[in-house]
Amino acid sequence: MTTLQRKEVNPIAHLSAEDIEEIGRRLDAIRDEFLAVRGEKDAAHIRRMIKIQRRLELASRGVLLFSVFPPAWILGTVGLSISKILENMEIGHNILHGQYDFMRDPKIHSTTWEWDSVSPAEQWKHSHNELHHKYTNVVGRDNDLGYGIMRVDEQQRWTKAHLGQPLYNFINAVFFEYGIAAYDLELGRNLKTKKRRNNPEFRARARQVMHKIRRQFTRDYLVHPALAVPVGLAAGNPLGAFFGTLAANAVANVVRNLWTHSVIMCGHFPKDVETFERTSITDETRGEWYLRQMLGSANISGSKLMHTMTGNLSHQIEHHLFPDLPSSQYAAIAPKIRELFAEYKLNYVTGPLVVQVASAWAKVFRLALPNRTPANEIDHSIPPRPVPAKEPATV
Amino acid sequence: MVELITTPVIPADYLDVIAPLRNPTVLRARVEAVRRETPNAVTLELRPGRGWEPHEAGQYIRVGVDVDGVRLWRAYSVSSAAGRSDGKFTITVNAVAGGVVSSYLQSQAERGMILHLDLPTGDFTLPRPRPAKALFLTAGSGVTPVMGMLRSTLHEMPDVVVVHSAKTAEDVVFGAELRDLAAQGRIRLIERHTSADGRLKPADVEELVPDLFERETWACGPGTMLDDLQEHWADADAADRLHVERFRPTVLVAGDGGTVTFEKSGTVVDNPGSMSILEAGEAAGQLMKSGCRMGICFKCVVPMREGIVRDMRDGTITTATEVDGDSVLVQTCISAAAGPCRLGA
Repeated sequence: MTTLQRKEVNPIAHLSAEDIEEIGRRLDAIRDEFLAVRGEKDAAHIRRMIKIQRRLELASRGVLLFSVFPPAWILGTVGLSISKILENMEIGHNILHGQYDFMRDPKIHSTTWEWDSVSPAEQWKHSHNELHHKYTNVVGRDNDLGYGIMRVDEQQRWTKAHLGQPLYNFINAVFFEYGIAAYDLELGRNLKTKKRRNNPEFRARARQVMHKIRRQFTRDYLVHPALAVPVGLAAGNPLGAFFGTLAANAVANVVRNLWTHSVIMCGHFPKDVETFERTSITDETRGEWYLRQMLGSANISGSKLMHTMTGNLSHQIEHHLFPDLPSSQYAAIAPKIRELFAEYKLNYVTGPLVVQVASAWAKVFRLALPNRTPANEIDHSIPPRPVPAKEPATV
Repeated sequence: MVELITTPVIPADYLDVIAPLRNPTVLRARVEAVRRETPNAVTLELRPGRGWEPHEAGQYIRVGVDVDGVRLWRAYSVSSAAGRSDGKFTITVNAVAGGVVSSYLQSQAERGMILHLDLPTGDFTLPRPRPAKALFLTAGSGVTPVMGMLRSTLHEMPDVVVVHSAKTAEDVVFGAELRDLAAQGRIRLIERHTSADGRLKPADVEELVPDLFERETWACGPGTMLDDLQEHWADADAADRLHVERFRPTVLVAGDGGTVTFEKSGTVVDNPGSMSILEAGEAAGQLMKSGCRMGICFKCVVPMREGIVRDMRDGTITTATEVDGDSVLVQTCISAAAGPCRLGA
């Protein structure tokens, strides 16, 4: 973990290799403990969330048939925004993680679920579950670190283009679902050369995304606005009704984008979250993988409603340790994880949403400029850890 | 067109949260009443949803029950008469020692509960025209499909003998109804209480029912009983007059490692318990999907048609048998065979 070791204060200097493996064993034990009680309560939770979200969406879309009347427009837009947030965060994200696969309900399963986002579930699962969760915060491996457009760590090389990153980040926040789709497609990389552009696999995936964008667009900006026209006609303002519902959908999508973007920024960008070097994960042990998740994630403190609206990503640390345990368990897991952090004198990064969002934005601004002190040269001759790994990370 | 309103899900998904029985693609049933038959048996009256097709007397259905949040499937015979005008039907569930689903239904089944269903199936049915002389040989819960037959077609059968074995008189499922039919002279009922009289042997049946081989016989009960009967009927050259129904579930016992068969490619590998199916498959040249290789991304899941695997992280056992339907999905990167497995890959 050379990036850590070169910091002024190395946060794991006090841990021996044996300590790290013991942390791994303790976390495995916590996982077993919660696996044993996983069941009806968690199944009921996700079913309840789906029920609430679908009813809320039906009701909001129903109200938006009357979007020509301002109170209906406001009510419908608020409802639809909340519904879209729930659908993406507590429901979509967590089901696509396979957290509820244990239920063996083919309707609520990571292999069959599709979500209200322009990014097709299958592509998102690859870039998120497979790459981000395995290579969390590894500079150069985890594209979530700045999404390939920003510099969010001193170790990332600065170029003039980074001067614009506060603006990129804002635009990305507004159009976040498209940002994610582009990111899943690795658009920046794949559009660079003709060969990559013409790669049949890339083209097929791009077609998949375009197809989904078309359908999402048709639904939000054509079909539902059109459904509002009859009431508009009766009220003598069919165009107002059409564009009213269209605007309601646009606002709901943007609200959802801003919200999810903020929550996700809080997960890995705030101050005190650590990043890691590519070489640090060669032959990584299970204990070391766990430790990287502990140091590379940050929580958001808040009420139960806050946790639900963030899809329990407010328990980002717990989520990264156990991405396949149901989100409904994270709140109960959290105190045990906190204890473990305290025992091993590690920094459990957490804070209220506003503080964490501000902290993440501060980093985006700060790193738009080159490092004040020259960035450390990465010296690959330094052994990544004091003693060689005993067992491979994968089981 | 309607799907454009609800994309990326389908309209039925919204309907599900309001009227779960109306879904045209998922067959469900609501429990309308729960009746206790014996201390160990309970009858559930079910209202099937859209897509149901009426059963024929003697057939069974697969029922999916969410036990502690996990959907588990079992096969149960329909115990009610075929063609009821109210569209409902019943299944009768006997508590099986250590049976997760049967004990759950014994204690937790209640009005309003939603179960998942598969269409009725099975050829343990009565022919047309009905047999002039019939014998029903049952033991324990084996009486359920026979009860369905008697309730449906007894009026079409002039000469019926029922030989039923149960532990005690109290344990006879549908005891009162059977004894009532016997009292009315509509069937000849022979009850055997095994705790007092011991197990029924084929030779005993011959003694109890002298015109045994003149009768068309339907038998349902434990496998050993059916094996004995089949042997006896074969010896008497009357095998074609005996119809049996077996529904003892395949019991898989977890061992260490096993043979993994990849259905599509035909590859067969020996998977030691210390190695994941993914690694074993790849070593044998099987092309497999994989992602994180540590159990968190769910990219490697494949359908297991039949078999038993162990989660190498925490030791959890997952099984798939015929009654689970098409398959059970397993993560190959953290699962090792714990017995023979057949994968749909």
